[in-house]
Amino acid sequence: MPWYLSLSSICSAIMFIMAIRGLASPKTARQGNILGIIGMIIAITATIALPQINDRLLPLAIMIIGGITGIKIAAKVQMTSLPQLIAVFNGFGGLSAVLISLAEIISGSDKRIDNSIGIIIGAIAFSGSMIAFGKLQGIITAKSIKFKAQHSLNLILSLLILSMTIIFIHSHSVNLFYWIAAITVILGILLVLPIGGADMPVIISILNSYSGWAAVGIGFSLNNTLLIIVGSIVGASGAILSYIMVKAMNRSLLNVIMGGLNNSDSAQKQSIEQKLAKTGNPQDAAFIMENANKIIIVPGYGMAVAQAQYALKEMADILQNRYHAEVKYAIHPVAGRMPGHMNVLLAEANVPYENVFAMEDINREFATADVAYVIGANDITNPIAKTDSSSPIYGMPVLDVEKAKTVFFVKRSLASGYSGVENPLFFADNTLMLYGDAKQVTEQIISALENS
Amino acid sequence: MDFWTLFTIFCLSCFIGYFVVWGVTPALHSPLMSVSNAISGIIIIGALITAGNSELSFSKILSLCAIFFASINIFGGFAISQRMLSLFKKKEKK
Repeated sequence: MPWYLSLSSICSAIMFIMAIRGLASPKTARQGNILGIIGMIIAITATIALPQINDRLLPLAIMIIGGITGIKIAAKVQMTSLPQLIAVFNGFGGLSAVLISLAEIISGSDKRIDNSIGIIIGAIAFSGSMIAFGKLQGIITAKSIKFKAQHSLNLILSLLILSMTIIFIHSHSVNLFYWIAAITVILGILLVLPIGGADMPVIISILNSYSGWAAVGIGFSLNNTLLIIVGSIVGASGAILSYIMVKAMNRSLLNVIMGGLNNSDSAQKQSIEQKLAKTGNPQDAAFIMENANKIIIVPGYGMAVAQAQYALKEMADILQNRYHAEVKYAIHPVAGRMPGHMNVLLAEANVPYENVFAMEDINREFATADVAYVIGANDITNPIAKTDSSSPIYGMPVLDVEKAKTVFFVKRSLASGYSGVENPLFFADNTLMLYGDAKQVTEQIISALENS
Repeated sequence: MDFWTLFTIFCLSCFIGYFVVWGVTPALHSPLMSVSNAISGIIIIGALITAGNSELSFSKILSLCAIFFASINIFGGFAISQRMLSLFKKKEKK
């Protein structure tokens, strides 16, 4: 290895570590991203300069085409569709790992174990991400798709892949390698199909992790330290994110992967007491909020779907400037369809990030709040998670919205959330339901606030 | 490099990753995903090496495809991260 490759590898690795390190605070994050870009430029330049590279023009041309495509996609996409975009990019990462492993084996590489790891993880990341994309985009139903003997089928396929890999390692049959790739792609599809919409944050994180581990596999096969370093950092990042998400739902990783909550059983056990939920109109809500000193807004995926973040910000501004209320935002770790989704949407609407709080930082403040404005969220506020040990969401950390003097739920209907568990808060004395589209309801409150 | 050298690097990197990622503020978990996505596009250097062969072969075509997808990942990933992070930047003026 020429000296400049070793030197550039370590430089890039440090830059990438700094890029992630920068994300510790919004103040350093942009700088970090720039360092990441520099690190990437160094790594690519040093590789192209290698003496054994005979063809530089064509790869560079293709890189530019791919680069322009990527930048165009990134510039156009709406922030609400971020999870889909991440899923697609992830899938492309996995796909490139598959293609590189194939290329190496075809050209006679004897690193059969490493390339097998690269191709298997890469193929799962690829097809899994594509299914995740389809679900998030609404091309495939977001509901959990389950069928009989699903788990046994997955098990059989996994064993098949494993045994084929062992045979391949000892035989070096390129045809077998194609088959391994093909069957793993199918396995990736089957693994993600049973994952329901609200579990997407977990599955996206896992797939993110896979694309890192695939890079590690290829790093071993090419004897490339940079690929190993970067791959393991990316792998760790995805793994930690999925751990955080799973913990925020009080579930096990296995439970999510196996296709989630058993909705049908739990839903029917709910008491069929015909209680009445109090319904309010936007004018009532505006009146109560005018007189409130402290308002905490709890956004959920419904806010993202309705694109209500701008209206929300406008409402908060009026409440702060005209009525001198204190407005804060409370974010549950699994609100939305990917980690940190709500934060990005609120930032997009110019909500100052100082006013946006993570669950553990704001939960005790609900007791002193006059209003909790829950918009497009449900399960993450359900107090049953704290009290009813028979409930499927028991033990899941939730936002203590019921402690606020008045709770508003902006929702389309009384229907239960993803978990299928009824939310007793809807029927509480201090709860007012505001039915309708999250954005329209908020806009109606704004006009009521302005006209009073 | 022998396997154990690479394996040592691998283990130490996992530790670095573990500690650095826990330091990321939850508010920036989405940018974390897109940044890590972008840098995982580093496998492009693997593709550049396998595509460096001057003769046109099936293996080279596969590598060129890999370059295409990995560069979408890299450029797109950094671009979307920059876009997201600029949203968090604006508020500092206030």
